[in-house]
Amino acid sequence: MAMEKEKILEDLNQNFADNIMSVTAPFGDEIILFEKEALLNIVKFLLKEPYAFTMLLDLTCVDYKGKKERFEMVYHLFSLSNKLRLRLKARLSEDALEIDSLTPLFKNANWLEREAYDMFGVQFKGHPYLRRLFMYDGFEGHPLRKDYSLRKQQPRIRLRK
Amino acid sequence: MKGGFITTRLNSMLGWGRKFSLFQYPFITACCGMEYMSVACAHYDLDRFGMGWTRFTPRQADMLLVVGTITHKEAPVLKTVYDQMTEPKWVVAFGSCAVSGGIYDNYAVVQGIDRIIPVDVYIPGCPPRPETILNALIKLQEKIQKEGHEWRWKRKKY
Repeated sequence: MAMEKEKILEDLNQNFADNIMSVTAPFGDEIILFEKEALLNIVKFLLKEPYAFTMLLDLTCVDYKGKKERFEMVYHLFSLSNKLRLRLKARLSEDALEIDSLTPLFKNANWLEREAYDMFGVQFKGHPYLRRLFMYDGFEGHPLRKDYSLRKQQPRIRLRK
Repeated sequence: MKGGFITTRLNSMLGWGRKFSLFQYPFITACCGMEYMSVACAHYDLDRFGMGWTRFTPRQADMLLVVGTITHKEAPVLKTVYDQMTEPKWVVAFGSCAVSGGIYDNYAVVQGIDRIIPVDVYIPGCPPRPETILNALIKLQEKIQKEGHEWRWKRKKY
């Protein structure tokens, strides 16, 4: 028995009225903006039946340089039984750049969070092995941040010429 | 070419022998590999030019084909592979990424493999047409024919 999207959003709003800041749907899929402290509780709630958002499609970060809360974490969840997608967003400021890790709930969050750490420098509380995923040891900075110079390169060996 | 009749004939014979027995080492990292496969297989048939013998160890190869994007993370690996090859050896930069970094002008990609190892022939294109590749490899053969045995004391500089 599939659930309606409206019912799920209504239940969410009832349970997390204090933490959810806004629910919008600019391009069809709902975007839920919430306070970062509530991440684990909201995802645990959505994981349970009958909502069953058991699949973490993607987890990434966006840099809005110049805004007061500079970084924005984006979580894409999918419910196989309800055939629904949901997008969760939390804003992080630069001086408190950390959020709870989703690794206890989703195994694939491990590498996705390592990527977000590598590219943006977001710290994930409770991650078992938070190390760079793409860039090599000794790489300084986080290359997808807007203030990383466009063509700055950090070669590992001495280059010719 | 300086030298008397015997040495020039010897050089010519060495060049002839080398250019038709190029053992290749394909260092394939990206989509240009598809184009390489089509050239190496029966349709375009690299074996016509004596280059069909693919060796998957650099120690037995003469020609290093760098096919695809080389990132800074990968650069030491490419350098090691090149150093493991025995002289005489030739390098072909295959496709825009290997030639100049291509469209990837960013934090991760080496802007042309000639920043790491010396290159003999550059093949432009994204990816290059098989005809372009055959043309470039024939150009390399011409180069090898003229080279003689001077590689023994004229080592390529880093």
